[in-house]
Amino acid sequence: MSNLIKNNAIVADEWTLVKLPAPAEETVRKQAGKVVIFKVTGEPAATPEQIEGTVIPENGKAIIPLTVWLARKEQLSARFAKGEIGVWVDSFELLEDLTDSVDDINRLPLIAINFPRFVDGRGFSMAALLRTRYGYKNELRSIGDVLRDQLYFMKRCGFDAYSIRADKSAEDALASLRDFSEPYQGAVDNPLPVWRRHARTSHHAASAGRVFSRHEDEVD
Amino acid sequence: MYIYDDIDQRIVDERVAQYRDQTRRYLAGELSDDEFRPLRLQNGLYIQRHAPMMRIAVPYGLMNARQMRKLADITRRYDKGYGHFSTRQNFQLNWPKLEDTPDILAELATVQMHAIQTSGSCIRAITADQFAGVAPDEIVDPRPFIEVMRQWSSFHPEFAGLPRKFKIAVNGAKNDRALVLTHDIGLELYKDGDGKMAVRVFVGGGLGRTPILGSKIREHLEWQHALTYCEAILRVYNLHGRRDNAFKARIKILVKALGAEEFGRQVEAEWVHLKDGPSTITQVEYDRVASFFVPNRYTALPDHDASFDAAIASNPAFAAWAKRNVHGHKVPGYRAVTLSLKKTGVPPGDVTHNQMDAIADLADRYSFGELRVSHEQNLILADVKLGDLFAVWEKAREQALATPNIGLLTDIICCPGGDFCSLANAKSIPIAQAIQEKFDDLDYLHDIGDIELNISGCMNSCGHQHVGHIGVLGVDKDGSEWYQITIGGKQGSDASLGTVIGPSFASTEVPGVIQKLIETYIANRTDEERFIDTVRRIGVAPFKAHVYAKEAA
Repeated sequence: MSNLIKNNAIVADEWTLVKLPAPAEETVRKQAGKVVIFKVTGEPAATPEQIEGTVIPENGKAIIPLTVWLARKEQLSARFAKGEIGVWVDSFELLEDLTDSVDDINRLPLIAINFPRFVDGRGFSMAALLRTRYGYKNELRSIGDVLRDQLYFMKRCGFDAYSIRADKSAEDALASLRDFSEPYQGAVDNPLPVWRRHARTSHHAASAGRVFSRHEDEVD
Repeated sequence: MYIYDDIDQRIVDERVAQYRDQTRRYLAGELSDDEFRPLRLQNGLYIQRHAPMMRIAVPYGLMNARQMRKLADITRRYDKGYGHFSTRQNFQLNWPKLEDTPDILAELATVQMHAIQTSGSCIRAITADQFAGVAPDEIVDPRPFIEVMRQWSSFHPEFAGLPRKFKIAVNGAKNDRALVLTHDIGLELYKDGDGKMAVRVFVGGGLGRTPILGSKIREHLEWQHALTYCEAILRVYNLHGRRDNAFKARIKILVKALGAEEFGRQVEAEWVHLKDGPSTITQVEYDRVASFFVPNRYTALPDHDASFDAAIASNPAFAAWAKRNVHGHKVPGYRAVTLSLKKTGVPPGDVTHNQMDAIADLADRYSFGELRVSHEQNLILADVKLGDLFAVWEKAREQALATPNIGLLTDIICCPGGDFCSLANAKSIPIAQAIQEKFDDLDYLHDIGDIELNISGCMNSCGHQHVGHIGVLGVDKDGSEWYQITIGGKQGSDASLGTVIGPSFASTEVPGVIQKLIETYIANRTDEERFIDTVRRIGVAPFKAHVYAKEAA
């Protein structure tokens, strides 16, 4: 069963996610005795060998790493024209590298943003920028450590598809898209802050009928 | 104060439901420790040495009597009958059970309280001057502005996974009591040349492991743009703040690495796209929120009261309290009162459920039913009539809340330390108590005068030791607890960071070291000079020399 949520429903995934091959030398960086989990924004994502060694399926739709897209764009141009190529960006990669690589961002049918760990919130800003600054309108998918408790935030930042981590239930995750019914601030999904959506109560109206006796809680 | 409408209430109620389900999934084994940790933290729940610690938000330190009674009730039913007011103007429970925490939140929601974003890598509860709205030196009441920001920052989707915690403070008075220079963003509200409210923006201040004072990146921002401007700051930080090393992940490190000027340039470049967008605050919304903070219904009174004058003249204990614990007020005939949570023998900031109920009664009877929490870990009745001060003092004294030590050496700011906190390197409360015991003579304390002594049990600096006139920091050396002493730190508009005086001390030595610092001050001070002034005038060397002088054989 698919673990992909798109437009508030679980749907079959017609895309193949292409990953980079493991680097020849896996270096484990440590700081203060702890393994460094996150990369600094702008760090290189892949070696030339990894880019060269990435195997892209010959047929069908494929989401390929940004570095591979940048290096092998020419070779993929026919398939790109057919709408078979989507690109995924890691949280530490520069969005501008992607947006500069195409004359019209909406020629890409799919962009995915990777969450290497769910607490890495860079993807939220990247999604918001793609939707607002760069005017991207097609599928925007979250991949990687995608868990239900972040879905509501992702939706608000402009994602419309979520590839829920394989060991978690997409069915359960669907519920979290509705965690809050009326958020305070404006975001991509609704740019209006709450006070532009509704006429809200001022003090005079709020205090009427809300007088609490001194030692009792209101029964509710 | 601000009263929830249905929209506010629904958000808090939905948060309780969301958190209840997250806790259920954790207890059922559906969420791992690592997966649950950020979720519970963003709801103020730490797993600590003895039990979870739960941090409850008191937005900008303002609460009402009904909320205080609810907190008292919660400590009785879910904890050990006491709680702790923190330097973040929050309330902390030390012993709740994890499985009870959703019920505690549901209880809080019934009095318009919550624990949203009191911890975690997100925009934390925004702090303010405890005398907001009543301070004589106030230019702009910051509370409406902060309430607008509180709502904007609550569950802000783009900033739900920042590199590290993010703290904002707002000051609207001539003297900064909100510590704007030691926050990730510090906002100063003022009236510009046209008499319009404007905002001065500081970024990159912070205490912790790398103490830095904030840099001003904008002198004049029209208040309408505060949210979009903060969004630009946060977006630059979210994308470029370091995530490879938790110790270097605060915005201050990014600002320092880029330089404040370049950081400011990037913010401005980002802001161009956000400026004048829908998040621009409207006059209508500002006025709506401000309507909740219109001044209380004060009685027209003269600014003197015969009964008060008589009590001062005849009762030295009351006079001593009035001198230290009573503060000026905008409105004639009114004063603000600090209830000291710094009685010798009690951990700074701790209150019992009985005290909380009594405090709520005091607020109802004498101060429009409202209370403030200060970052110095005391409570404030902001609107007391001059003629009521004696009665307030007597009642506060019955509850051991009238120690006349506000701003004195024993009014120590102190984190929970190694007794409670799993982050701590060393205990801090016993150090505070040992110092309070050594300096228990009130006449001597009053003679020493204004001084701020701040203690933290580790470099996370919850006790703000860097900006204490005297700072004490617990450090770990080969598994044992040592204390590093700094002097010359100061909060406020002329903030400075303290200088380490030399090698650390064992816990038993600390009160003696404080004694020597005080001796050096007394020997060198000029008339009316406070401890901090003397340190600034003569430097650290004489203090150091006296502290480290070899005992005469």
